[in-house]
Amino acid sequence: MKRELVKFLIFAALLLSAPLIFKGGYLLNVLVFVGIHTILAVGLNLLLGYAGQISLGHAAFFGLGAYISGILTTTYNVNPWLAIIIAAVAVGIMAFVVGFPILKLKGHYLAMATLCLGIIIYITFNEAIDLTGGPSGLSGIPNLSIGQLIFDNDLKNYYLIWTFTLATMLLSINLANSRIGRALRAIHDSEVAARVMGVNARLLKVQIFALSAFISAIAGSLYAHTMTFISPASFGFNFSIELVTMVIIGGLGSIYGSFLGAALLTLLPELLRAFQDYDIMIYGLLLILMTMFMPGGLVRGLSALFAAISPKIPGREKGSA
Amino acid sequence: MLKVSGITQVFGGLIALDNVSLTVRKGDITGVIGPNGAGKTTLFNIVTGIYAQTSGTIHLESKNISGFTPERLAHLGMVRTFQNIELFGQMSVLENVMVGLHTRSRSGILACALKLPGHIREERAIRERAMHWLEYVGIADMARIQAANLPFGKGRLLEIARAMALEPRIILMDEPAAGLNSRETAELALLIRRVRESGITVALVEHDMELVMDVCDHILVLNLGKMLAEGTPREIQENEAVIAAYLGEG
Amino acid sequence: MPLSWWKSNRRTGYWLNRDYTNYLSFLTSTAQVIKVACAVLVITLEEQMQFSDQLIQYILSGLSTGAIYALIGFGFAIIYNTTSIINFAQGEFVMLGGMSSVYFLTVLNFPLPVAILAAIILATSIGVIFERLAIRPIKQATNLNLVIITIGGSILIRGLAMLLWGKDTHAMPTFSGNDPLYVAGATILPQHLWIFAITLLIIIGNRLFFNYSIAGKAMRACACNRRAANLVGIDVRRMVMFSFIISSAMGSMAGIIIAPLTMTSYDVGIMLGLKGFCAAIIGGMSSGFGTVLGGLLLGVLESLGAGLISSGYKDAIAFIILLLILFFRPQGLFKKSETERV
Repeated sequence: MKRELVKFLIFAALLLSAPLIFKGGYLLNVLVFVGIHTILAVGLNLLLGYAGQISLGHAAFFGLGAYISGILTTTYNVNPWLAIIIAAVAVGIMAFVVGFPILKLKGHYLAMATLCLGIIIYITFNEAIDLTGGPSGLSGIPNLSIGQLIFDNDLKNYYLIWTFTLATMLLSINLANSRIGRALRAIHDSEVAARVMGVNARLLKVQIFALSAFISAIAGSLYAHTMTFISPASFGFNFSIELVTMVIIGGLGSIYGSFLGAALLTLLPELLRAFQDYDIMIYGLLLILMTMFMPGGLVRGLSALFAAISPKIPGREKGSA
Repeated sequence: MLKVSGITQVFGGLIALDNVSLTVRKGDITGVIGPNGAGKTTLFNIVTGIYAQTSGTIHLESKNISGFTPERLAHLGMVRTFQNIELFGQMSVLENVMVGLHTRSRSGILACALKLPGHIREERAIRERAMHWLEYVGIADMARIQAANLPFGKGRLLEIARAMALEPRIILMDEPAAGLNSRETAELALLIRRVRESGITVALVEHDMELVMDVCDHILVLNLGKMLAEGTPREIQENEAVIAAYLGEG
Repeated sequence: MPLSWWKSNRRTGYWLNRDYTNYLSFLTSTAQVIKVACAVLVITLEEQMQFSDQLIQYILSGLSTGAIYALIGFGFAIIYNTTSIINFAQGEFVMLGGMSSVYFLTVLNFPLPVAILAAIILATSIGVIFERLAIRPIKQATNLNLVIITIGGSILIRGLAMLLWGKDTHAMPTFSGNDPLYVAGATILPQHLWIFAITLLIIIGNRLFFNYSIAGKAMRACACNRRAANLVGIDVRRMVMFSFIISSAMGSMAGIIIAPLTMTSYDVGIMLGLKGFCAAIIGGMSSGFGTVLGGLLLGVLESLGAGLISSGYKDAIAFIILLLILFFRPQGLFKKSETERV
């Protein structure tokens, strides 16, 4: 357990000192997004990687968090911090309620149902113009602030977002290495055996679904208050797929992997600016190739690669930690 | 301890079980045998909550448990193992047994995420207990191996260790000797006796006659969904109808 | 196909011994659906006589989009029945049909029949390539992997289309002009008739193929039990290939016949695919009348909803229906519920 903590502290130290190294404004801005996407990917990983339940509609929870927070602060002048809490709790409750019928489904049917849910919510963002501003979006969302400190530039936002990201990662790592994490992975491997061992699979799946939605909603609110402008286009089906890709590339069941996946997929479009028209294609290709050749994700794929290349140490057993 | 009464199970047009009753006495090792298709696994699946019976009742120490889900039964102290071992393949051997301790621990999502002190203590206890059960069945040296990589015989032992970790009152085993060679089967017989000695009631479905006759106190024979005979191993061995059913099958 | 397989089916007692229970249950459920639909229709008509013309118009256009959804749904059902995979890329074949036929027609100036044929061949080839490269080599065929790969495939195809043909929407000329016919107060375009006719032909063709040809029966065998099919000598891999060929051909045909009525662009595949999937689910993933009815029902409900309630939420209607069906009757409206064996 100590090893985990040390690993995390090193990671946190690296991330928190990054702005001092990368003084460039543009890169910092991208890293803020990496932070938000990491929160989303970690939340989704708990559902997808640990519990093994497919969700193709997570962008909707992200969007709901953003819009609820945005609407509460612009139309109703609610304090932004309070708005974040309200949005996250509301989305969590909604996901909990919807979770019961949805998680009875498995495999393709679950994928489709979550897809539908995501699209229905996306259409609502576009059509409920009085509330959300429709396709032209919602603007004037206030920045977050603590006393005199207003989070209105990239540097401050970086620390704000990454505090949340690191907290989410730590809590998720704790959860993954605990009794609940084991129960989730048990459900993934053999739901019937897990139930025989006393795991209330149905309830736990719904709880994780709700937790995952809650986390995504927090990310959404943070996004809204950092960008001060949101529009439905960011919360559609395409982004849901992007999130799933991040989790898969990073490695199902690997929290650090989710960071890698999020980082890669956020930085890639920036690096491929020149190839803008090809981005959709490269995306699809990446998905296919990753699933075919590195189904365990980058983290596992790279470590397997590393293990294959490094000299065999006698007496070592096959296995994972 | 376990009283199964008048279980009938109809699947579509097929009568899988026809008015089957069984009483498992506390501390006994009870066996359910019968030719293929007799309905043994179906009976087990019904008793352990995997499916619901068409009619009939099940009582665990006079509490009606008909229709209870497997997770509820686990909390009441009933656990089972599977014919085609259902291990948590992606998890290590030790972690598999730790899941068995799920009902003996309480930390919820919040306690785990925040790593509250109660949770930390509980984790340590779970780990120790799990190692204990691995030692009990004799595979403690394989603790870190991924469960999917275990040889079949060890996998069976792991399933039993996991079931024991639940500290059940009764353990139902579905064809525990399937796929084991004669040495492994003999070791299994010893293990089953040790389990009984620790106060746990055992019920098993089995095909391996030697194991059944050796280890069981009481046997129920099923054929084509109906009860054929019931009694001690000696009585069953001498029962003409049973002999006919088995020999008749070829 | 040689005549011998045809002859082999004409055994005595064949028609007497066939299992009609599925048909019976299908008929009973259809009767119930029709009863409800009629009741709704009568009530709506009685209350809103002045809307009756409009209503028939909505129903008509709903039926034609519904026919398309049915065709797309067949594509899903056929692949699913042979491989247990839901091909998320199905919608993209529909898109390819429409987009490429526009290209062949307007840029390369092929005559219409040739353009259509070329489009179908293109879509089918891409289907074959996709199956060969992405589906066949999968070693770890978990549910998730397959879902992700077919999604990746759909994204790839969409990206290709965007690269080749840009992001604009394109219009395709109708097959035989624009002179409308007036029937029962509604306007029918010749294109509507084309849609109905072609859909009917494809449905009948499907029925004949799956019930009476060896290849069709072999594919159905794969659906029931892949390993057993393998053991009796059916080349499962070839059947999988066939299923992709048939689905992509049908999907592209659907895209071609609807393109003259609705504009086509590189991203129509997503929505169409999902709605086709909805039709297939309503029909219980069967490549039979259930899916047809599912598609028609969906099309009509969507059209009525768009016309009578709100056109912005039109797409949401299909998805809400799909969600409700997935929640309450995932085996579709037309199948008896099956018990699951452990």
